[in-house]
Amino acid sequence: MNIFKLSIKNIFNKPLSSLITVALLALGIGIISLLLQLNSLIKNQMENNLRGIDMVVGAKGSPLQLILSSVYHIDSPTGNISFEEAEEISNNKMVGSSIKLLYGDNYKGFRIVGAEKKLMELYKGVIKQGKEWNSPYEVLVGSKVYEKLNIKVGDDLVTSHGLRETGQSHSDKSFKVVGLLESSNSVMDQLIITSPESVWDIHSAHDHEEDKHEEENKEITAMLIKFKSPMNIIRFPRQINENTNLQAAVPSYEISRLFKLFGFGIETLTYLAYLIIIVSGFSLFINLFNSMNDRKYEMAFIRTLGASRFQLSRMIIFESLILTIAGFVIGLLFSRFGVMFVSSLMDESINYNLDTIRILNEEYWLLGLSILIGLISSLIPAIQVYKMNISKILADE
Amino acid sequence: MIKTKEIKFNYDNQVFFKFHDINLESGENLLIIGNSGIGKTTLLHLLSGLLKSNSGSIELFGKELTKLSSFQLDIFRRDNIGIVFQKPHFVNSLTVKENLELAQYIANKKDNKRIENILKNLNIFDKLNKKTNQLSQGEKQRVSIALAIVNSPKLILADEPTSSLDDENCSNVIKLLKKQATDFGAQLIVITHDSRLKKHFKKSIEL
Repeated sequence: MNIFKLSIKNIFNKPLSSLITVALLALGIGIISLLLQLNSLIKNQMENNLRGIDMVVGAKGSPLQLILSSVYHIDSPTGNISFEEAEEISNNKMVGSSIKLLYGDNYKGFRIVGAEKKLMELYKGVIKQGKEWNSPYEVLVGSKVYEKLNIKVGDDLVTSHGLRETGQSHSDKSFKVVGLLESSNSVMDQLIITSPESVWDIHSAHDHEEDKHEEENKEITAMLIKFKSPMNIIRFPRQINENTNLQAAVPSYEISRLFKLFGFGIETLTYLAYLIIIVSGFSLFINLFNSMNDRKYEMAFIRTLGASRFQLSRMIIFESLILTIAGFVIGLLFSRFGVMFVSSLMDESINYNLDTIRILNEEYWLLGLSILIGLISSLIPAIQVYKMNISKILADE
Repeated sequence: MIKTKEIKFNYDNQVFFKFHDINLESGENLLIIGNSGIGKTTLLHLLSGLLKSNSGSIELFGKELTKLSSFQLDIFRRDNIGIVFQKPHFVNSLTVKENLELAQYIANKKDNKRIENILKNLNIFDKLNKKTNQLSQGEKQRVSIALAIVNSPKLILADEPTSSLDDENCSNVIKLLKKQATDFGAQLIVITHDSRLKKHFKKSIEL
C-alpha cells in the first residue's frame, strides 16, 4: 500500500463521479486532438500533392475549381484549352517544366488522365508490375484503383464519358492495362494514366460517331507548371489572366484560401472543445471538493495514524492527476479512432496510412493542459486538507 | 513512563480546561473517568499530540510533547501511539487488510505476518479481504483495535471504547483491549465516562 495506490482505490470507490470527470475531459481533449489530426492529415495530403506545382493553367472559371480538378482530381474541370496556347505558355522562358493533362473520362468512377510521362516524375511514381504506356490505349493503374477493382496487368477496361460512372460508355474502344503503380501517397494512387493521344483519339472517334463537327485543333484540359525561379509566381499568373483567355491559378494560394474558409468552423469547434475542458476542470474540482467533506473523518483518521499533511495533500493531487491523465489518454484514443473512421469514409480522396498517426506537438500541449487542470482543480482541496484541524473534526462527530 | 504536569488548554479563549497530573510507570494501565463536557477528548488529543497545550508539560517515553513541532508530533504519534476511537474510523475505499497495510506504510513498515497475527488474535482473520462497510459493529471495533496496535505502539489511547455497549460486551471489549496491550507490550490509557470500567483498572483518575 502507498499513497498512489490509495488514490487509485479512492477513485474506484466513487466510480460515477470519476467517470463523469474523465468522460468530459476525454471528450474535450478528443475533439481538439481529432481536429488537429485531421487538419494535419489533410494539410499533409494536400501539400504532398502540391509539391512541384507552382501554377496551373486551364480554362477560365473558378480558380479553386481548376486546382481541385487538375491537382486533386475531385472536381469537374473548368473546360478545355487549345493545345497551341498551352504550348506557347510552356515555351515561355519563365517556365521550368510543364505537364499537359487531359481528363474527362472515367472507369467505374476512377479518372482516366491523359498525361505526359513527366507526371510520373512529379509524383515519384514507381511501376510495381508491368511497364509504362508506349502506344495509345495502354494504361498504368494507381494502387487504390487496382486494389479496389481488382485489376491486373493485361485486363481490358471499357471507360465511360464524363467523370461519373453513369456516363455513356465508349464501348467500341477499350484500354489495356500494361502496368500497376506502387502506392505513392499522392493523388496518382487513384488515377488511371495513359498517353494524351489515347484521350484525343477516343474523343474524336466519339465525335465522329455522333456526327458532330470535327475538331481540327487539339485540346487539353489543364497544364501543371513549375517555374524556373519562385519569383515568377507573382508576375506570371497575372500576365496570363490579363492578357490571354486562359486562366492561371496558384495552388498554394487557393488551398490556403480553402483552409481559411473551413478554418472558421474548425475554430468554433475548437473553442467549444476548450469550453468542455474547462467544464471538466470544474467537475473535477467539485468532485474533489465534495469528497473532502465526505471523507474528512477518514482523512483525520489517516493523520492519527501518523501521516503528515503533505502525504494527504499528495493523495488529493494524485487523485486529480490520475483522472486528468486518464481523460487525456482516452481522449487521444478517441481521436485516433475518429481519424480512422473519417479516413475510411474519405477513402477515395484522402490517403491514410499509420505513419501519419503520430503524436503531434500540439498534443503534447494538450497533455500539459490536462496536467495543469489536474493541478489547479486539486489546489484548493489540497490546501484544505493541509490546513485541516484533525482534533476538531474528531471531536465534532 | 508517562508524566503530565499542570496541563491547561482553552478553545478560542472561551472554554478553559485544567487537567489532573498523570504519573504512569512503564507497564501500568490507566483509566481516566469523567462526565461529558469535562474535556476527556481534549485530554486524549493532547496526549496523542493532535492538540498542543497552552501550558504545562506532557512527557511521554522521555519526549516532551509541548516542545515538538506539528511535523515531529506526526512522527512521534506514528511511532509510539495507537488510538482506538469511540466510533471506529477507516479508509472506506480499502479492505481490512489494505487499511492495516496503509497504517504500516505510513510508519514505513511492511509486515504481512504481523497483520495476520493480530487479526487471528482478534478472531477476525476471515474478514481480511472485506471492505470495512461490510463489517458488523463488533467487527469494526476489533479492526479499529487492530489498526491501533499494528505498528507496535508503546501506548494505546482508547476514547470511550465501551459507551454504547451492553454490560457483557463492555466487559469483553475492555478485556480484549487489555489483553492486546499485554500481548503486544503496550500501555493502555482508557478515557471514558463509563463507570463500569472501574473494576478493570488498578489505577484510575477522575477529571
